[in-house]
Order: sequence, then C-alpha cells, then structure tokens
Amino acid sequence: MLPVPLGHYLTVSAILLVLGIFGIFLNRKNVIVILMSVELILLAVNLNLVAFSAALNDLSGQILAMFVLTVAAAEAAIGLAIVVVYFRNRGSIEVEDVTMMKG
Amino acid sequence: MIATLAFYLFSAILIASAAMVVTSRNPVHAVLFLILSFFNAAALFLLAGAEFLAMTLVIVYVGAVAVLFLFVVMMLDVNFVQLREGFQRYLPVGATIGVVLLGELVLVTGGWRIAPGSDALRFAPMDATVENTRQIGQMLYTDYILLFQVSGLILLVAMIGAIVLTLRDRRTSRHQNVAAQIARTAADTLVLVDVVRGAGVPADHYLRPKVAEAKPVAPATSHGDHH
Repeated sequence: MLPVPLGHYLTVSAILLVLGIFGIFLNRKNVIVILMSVELILLAVNLNLVAFSAALNDLSGQILAMFVLTVAAAEAAIGLAIVVVYFRNRGSIEVEDVTMMKG
Repeated sequence: MIATLAFYLFSAILIASAAMVVTSRNPVHAVLFLILSFFNAAALFLLAGAEFLAMTLVIVYVGAVAVLFLFVVMMLDVNFVQLREGFQRYLPVGATIGVVLLGELVLVTGGWRIAPGSDALRFAPMDATVENTRQIGQMLYTDYILLFQVSGLILLVAMIGAIVLTLRDRRTSRHQNVAAQIARTAADTLVLVDVVRGAGVPADHYLRPKVAEAKPVAPATSHGDHH
C-alpha cells in the first residue's frame, strides 16, 4: 500500500516532531510560533498514524488521526483566543512576561 | 516508481518548510510556510492511501487553522524584532535537545519490525473494493459514534471558550438591562392623586411621569472586563 517502506514515513515524521520541539525551544518569546510548533508536532503524530494505518492495512489509525485533527483545531482556537486576550491586557505576547501568577 | 519519487519530493518540501516555520524572521512568512507544510503533508497522506484524511487536512488546517493564525498575527500589533532577541541564546540548548531526541527516535524506529501474526489482531482491516471515504464513514458512525459525538462536544467547548475569552463589552453602547426592566413596577413611575370633585386640578397636580433617576449605564454582567 505504501510507496516506500514504513521506515521512511517514520523518519519524516520523526524529523517533523523534532523540528516542532526545536521550534518551541527556539522561539521562547513568541507564543504564536510556539502554537505553530505544536501544530507541527500534531501533524507528525497524524503522519505516523496514517503511515501505520496504511502499513498494517488497518483503518482505525485513520479514524484516530481524525480525532487528533479535531483536538488540534480546538487547541489552536483556544490558544489563539488566550493570546489575543493576553495581548489586550499586557500589550505583548512574550512568554517570559507571564509571571503575574507567581506568588 | 513515480509514487516513490513523489514521496521524497513532498517529504523534502515538508521538512524544509517546517524548518522555515520555526526559524523564519517574520511570523507571516512562518504561517505561509506552515500552510505549505500542511499541503505537503496532505500529499503524503494521499500517497499512503488516506484520501479522506488528506482532504480534511487541507480543509481544516489550511482553510481554518492557518487562516486563524494569519488573522491573529496580522491583528496583533507586536514588535516581532524584539521577540527574537533570545534566538541565539536558545539555539544551542534547542539544537542539543533536538539532536538527542532525533537520535533516540532513530534508535527506536530503526529496528522496527511488525510482529508476525499481528494481522489477526487488526481492528478494522481495509477492504480494497470499498473506497476510503465510505469505509471511514461506515466505521465512524457505527463503532466510533460516541467518540465522534465527544469530538463534536470538544469543538463546541472550544467555540464557546474562544467567544467568552475574546468578547468584551463596549462601555459606550447602551445595553438592554433586562433585570431592571423586569423589576420595574407601576408605583416606581406613576402617582395616583385623588381629586376633590368640583375643585379643579391645580396646575402642579397634573399627572406627570416621575423623572427616572439617572443611573449610570452598567451592564448586568461584567464578563470580558479587560480595559
């Protein structure tokens, strides 16, 4: 079913996951890019699910990938709403500024 | 053969655009590269035979999520140059953790073998004669109907949460104060005066509506009290 061996799909999604985590570390100040990195990580998860689904000839992986897609969309909506509210209150979106709740 | 070449092409573009997402200087460019990587991931899904999921990825991610990101990036007036000050400082630790994680993942997936006899454990074996979308629908609306409804609830909660978080009352507009309207009685605004027969009505006894006390217009609930 897959045009290439399963390992190639897994390699691509592993690189994608590592790029997402790297992006979280690299853009410690910019919340929007951190949210984009989270989207990349979820995309890597989806790629893994679809690759295993095709390699094992089992459809339930694709169903699970759909639910991951749903949760990712909800997470992006809520996260961006929080970013907008935070920007309205503080005038910046730096993650390091979020220390107001510290005692 | 062509499918193999297409896989390498699309995955190369996917990885390159994902790298541009996390390193690009301008967040608008980052969003555009994110869209490009979503398109290439959808192409990889197509190559794996997941047609419905590929189209859903394009519609949901490119059509909704990436556009939402684009709106927020353009709406917020952020000094993005200032946000990148720690870029060089965080580069070594990020690269170290990334390399370590990639090495671990290579170690894990490098020796991957599918166990013999796992065919018998498949939950939903694909039927080559039924197309992908029909098969997903047949499974999603029967075996996974509860999870399907729960995911709908998750989307509802996300929608309500986003509205509640970003809604704010404008103090300049005049809201309808429902509680004040319902609590109002006739005695608040109306006076009945007994008039002696034949005495006439003095000029200052004409029935006039009481002057309503001027209260500041305050909304009943103060959600979204941000400014």
